[in-house]
Amino acid sequence: MNFDLTEEQQMLNDSLRRFVTNEYGFEKRGEIISSGAGIDRATWANFAEMGLLGFTFPEDFDGLGGNAIDTMVVMENFGRGLVVEPYLATVVLAGGLIRDAGNDAQKADILPGIASGERLLALAHSEPGARYNLRHVQTTARKDGDHFLISGQKTAVLHGAQANQLIVSARTSGSVNDESGLSLFLVDRGAKGVKVDDFATHDGHRTAEISFNNVTVSADNLVGTIDNAFPAIEKAVDLGIAALCAEAVGAMEAMNAATLEYIKTRKQFGVPIGKFQVLQHRMADMFIHTEQAKTMAILAASEADSDDHTSRREAISMAKTLVGQWARYVGQQGVQLHGGMGVTDEMFAAHLFKRLTLINLLFGDADHHLAQVSDGLLAKTA
Amino acid sequence: MDLNYTPEQEAFRAEVRQFLDENLPDDIRERVQKRLRPDKAMTERWQKILFDKGWGASTWPKEFGGTGWSPVEQIIFEEECALAGAPRQLDFGLRMVAPVIMTFGNEAQKKRFLPGILSGEDWWCQGYSEPGAGSDLASLRTSAKLEGDHYVVNGQKTWTTLGQHADWIFCLVRTSNEGKPQQGISFLLIDMNTPGIEVKPIIMLDGEHEINEVYFDNVKVPAENLVGEENKGWTYAKFLLGHERTGLANVGQWKAMMKRLKEVACQEQDGQRPLIENTRFRDRLAQLDAELRALELTVLRVLTDKRGPGPQASILKIRGTEIGQQLFEMLMEAGGQDSIAHIPEALELDYNGPRTGSIDATPSAGDYFNMRKLSIFGGSNEIQRNIIAQLVLGL
Repeated sequence: MNFDLTEEQQMLNDSLRRFVTNEYGFEKRGEIISSGAGIDRATWANFAEMGLLGFTFPEDFDGLGGNAIDTMVVMENFGRGLVVEPYLATVVLAGGLIRDAGNDAQKADILPGIASGERLLALAHSEPGARYNLRHVQTTARKDGDHFLISGQKTAVLHGAQANQLIVSARTSGSVNDESGLSLFLVDRGAKGVKVDDFATHDGHRTAEISFNNVTVSADNLVGTIDNAFPAIEKAVDLGIAALCAEAVGAMEAMNAATLEYIKTRKQFGVPIGKFQVLQHRMADMFIHTEQAKTMAILAASEADSDDHTSRREAISMAKTLVGQWARYVGQQGVQLHGGMGVTDEMFAAHLFKRLTLINLLFGDADHHLAQVSDGLLAKTA
Repeated sequence: MDLNYTPEQEAFRAEVRQFLDENLPDDIRERVQKRLRPDKAMTERWQKILFDKGWGASTWPKEFGGTGWSPVEQIIFEEECALAGAPRQLDFGLRMVAPVIMTFGNEAQKKRFLPGILSGEDWWCQGYSEPGAGSDLASLRTSAKLEGDHYVVNGQKTWTTLGQHADWIFCLVRTSNEGKPQQGISFLLIDMNTPGIEVKPIIMLDGEHEINEVYFDNVKVPAENLVGEENKGWTYAKFLLGHERTGLANVGQWKAMMKRLKEVACQEQDGQRPLIENTRFRDRLAQLDAELRALELTVLRVLTDKRGPGPQASILKIRGTEIGQQLFEMLMEAGGQDSIAHIPEALELDYNGPRTGSIDATPSAGDYFNMRKLSIFGGSNEIQRNIIAQLVLGL
């Protein structure tokens, strides 16, 4: 048993911490968010140079052969500085899918492009009404000669409008909630019949609603085997969840630091408010929850790459449940301890709170993942 | 002991409901029910409609133009208004400064200020908190020096809700530095159009402009605008906070929200079933429903207590704000990933553009963020617990 980062991971952590502090400050972030694209290409090029964008890709495809622990280190720092770049969408979700499910031609075509920062991809999987049920897919891909015709509606496509290419899940057989019958396709965002509505999110990221109307896709754009995409989708989402847990931990640590600083300096009744025991205990609970969340994020990252389905699913859902609940506590209490300042747009704490809130809503909230753990428990004891 | 409404109270409820049916304008109802951006003209229009009916002030006695309703009738009225989709009336005038003027003001002040509050002609805001005086309100430093027949006011107020619309502000000002800080505070009514006043917006975490900073630079205020006695303002302020806290229980509005939340839970899909069939979500909804029922009856218990609301008003503030915050949180959660988009332009009535998910998802996260203020303002919930510990439990 060893919880230490490797020397390389420690170096990565240090350089990212410096980067976020020195080059991705609150004001700069504000400018990026209010820009048309909502992302910063210069920062992205910087990430490519640091090797972040291909970190978890095989060395044969311009990667560094890293794993989900490396992603954890990256995401924790992104959480600390509330980085709004499409790392989760492009590198973790889409990159992870191509790495794990793509054929060699697709890997050769796509992974070096992601690693160099030239290409942005997004995963278009969630659908209206599905809520957090990954199997619920109504979008169809109909075989038409040597092509497929894709029709349907996707929601919560993170950074979908910023992506050059989308990985779209669609039903090639079966009915709406079936695990089998799902397939994945690479679709150009600008292809005929693709309509994208870009939205800002409350936490400064971007999301898209995308409709597909008889979009023609050639058969070589099928990712993985036909009808059997569900395990790959589930695994990519698990990688995404592990990344989000790490991001939440970074944001929780930043919230605790900001709140601690505030209650040490803000004076009422002639003393810093941090002298009041009720606030000390609140802050102690925030600290406890963050440390525990960090442990769960490590567990999630350790299991995210695993092909042992039962153990991976359990770890990921336990982590998302608890991190979701604790992120909520830390977010709410961080704002509360900042008093009126906490609900103003000018405070970093308010933005940390918003990101922590939305992380809980992405890829299943605490309720959803507790149900997953609970169902797993029943299956094991039955 | 009987927890049922009397036949007279039920008849009263029917009368209120019918009035709302016939008189609440559709565009106002729509704006409120869709939780769109609040609008000054809407609040004023609705106040005028109520005023014309003689219902402008449901909490005032008849002698000042109020309805003279009993506490139970007031609650029935509020609840019916909220359920019908009527906008909240402006508390700052009706429920905050008016009781102070009625109780501690002189005849001239009652004549001058109460009619404008009742008709909605005068928009009031509150000048209590300062950057250095929040929970520790008594440490406020905005000063008022008497010079001949007027005070000269200097200083800064903050968190002034809807101050951007205000015609008047009621302020706690320092008129003396002698003795304990509480002893040198006075209660002053200030015309917002007086030279030397500047209002600066504070943008909240939901991106909306609701609160402000108000700066006073040598602002001349006629001495006759002092309420009660000089240096007795703290007594009036505490009296007012008691009223504010009772209002903050907000049961009527929360009941309307709960009704909507249940409808949303039936409409939102969770895969192949409506969200209401998700037992985890429904259990939490049921828990909150039970807590709201407890709050509702506790409010009735406190308000019908002949001894009047004492420090136990703090219970209502704490529970009311906690339940309200949870309602907004569950509305956001009901929308799931549909709630993440921030579409400020969709908070206007004429918006026809794209949105994510249902119309209820659109304002839900912004509302949840905004409502974190509930446990902070009006005396933070930590301060309310101090009040219970000290004044009720004697600790």
